Amino acid sequence: MSENVQTLIGKKVGQMTYFEESGKATHVTVLEVGPCVVIQKKTSEKEGYNALQLGFAEKKEKHTTKSLQGHFKKSGATPKRILQEVRVADTTPYQVGQTLTVENLKDVSWVDVTGITKGKGFQGGVRRHGFKGGRNTHGSMFHRAPGGIGASSDPSRVFPGTRMPGHMGTDKNTVLNLKVVKIDAENHLLFINGAVPGADGGIVTVRPSVKK
Amino acid sequence: MNATIRKIEQAQVIRKNVPFKVGDTVKVSLRIKEGEKERIQIYEGVVTGIQNAGAKMRFTVRKISYGVGVEKTFYYQSPMIKEVKTTRSGKVRRAKLFYLRGKLNKKDARIQESKKAIQVPAEGVAETAQSIAASAEPAAPVEAAASTPVEPKAEVKAETKKSEKKEKA
Repeated sequence: MSENVQTLIGKKVGQMTYFEESGKATHVTVLEVGPCVVIQKKTSEKEGYNALQLGFAEKKEKHTTKSLQGHFKKSGATPKRILQEVRVADTTPYQVGQTLTVENLKDVSWVDVTGITKGKGFQGGVRRHGFKGGRNTHGSMFHRAPGGIGASSDPSRVFPGTRMPGHMGTDKNTVLNLKVVKIDAENHLLFINGAVPGADGGIVTVRPSVKK
Repeated sequence: MNATIRKIEQAQVIRKNVPFKVGDTVKVSLRIKEGEKERIQIYEGVVTGIQNAGAKMRFTVRKISYGVGVEKTFYYQSPMIKEVKTTRSGKVRRAKLFYLRGKLNKKDARIQESKKAIQVPAEGVAETAQSIAASAEPAAPVEAAASTPVEPKAEVKAETKKSEKKEKA
């Protein structure tokens, strides 16, 4: 990761088919990335680690609490809906109030995207953990039930972490190694090949790929 | 659909008019890149189906190649297509010509010729948004094309109206 490149906050706009310059039709996800404003710098001397607090998406002042209004005023920025911290090796190249746009990613060809997955509600073991379930016919009385969840009198309890039915989705999830197809700096749009977690309009964070 | 996505998609619509319908015989000129060189390959056959979806509009072309049926589906707005020309207009009653499958000799797969060809104002590939806007008011060619038969007139008018709406949007 080079110094001027870093994680940015964005919004998932939607998915579409995009014709590349070569003429190839690609499946892309369009993200609106930035502009993000540096609201606060956290330093190892003061907070014990180096990070930038970034703000994304406008918010009305009347919807902002007094304490946050003061916080935004300190940076000179207008109130933002999303505040997120981004770790950096060194905070000195950045100034509070500085705007970071999608152009910061212009030399990046692969990105990782983190988002919150769509909520699925309460789901059974088959959907949630991929249990096989039983057969539906031939007198089978075992269909989609979870089955055994452990031994009996010894240990006389269910081990923590045993996979069972429950709430699924709305988890933080990162998709690694997504190819950047196009950057539209004018409209703050980033076109990437493949899908990202969450519904359209969901908040995502984009970072240069850590594994490429 | 999201307004931003629609905008991006509309910017990709480089061909406004569709000069063919299902049952027509078309010549598709494909750009083939071989290393640095680019050449044009022509694929000719019968349109057996059209899937309308804005910039993603696709059409399937079927032909018999050395006794084997070949079907190819193209994106109509793809930059890989140089042009599509209608060579013969066919009269069919179906939207998808699946019944042609398995009919390998020419006699079985014959389609009656139609005189109701789609009349489209002559138009090349519009490369930029401006040229699309320029060709959006083809008032004179439309009237000329509409002067002969009754049926194409309605079709042409409907098409121009559609394209005008798109322009406004």
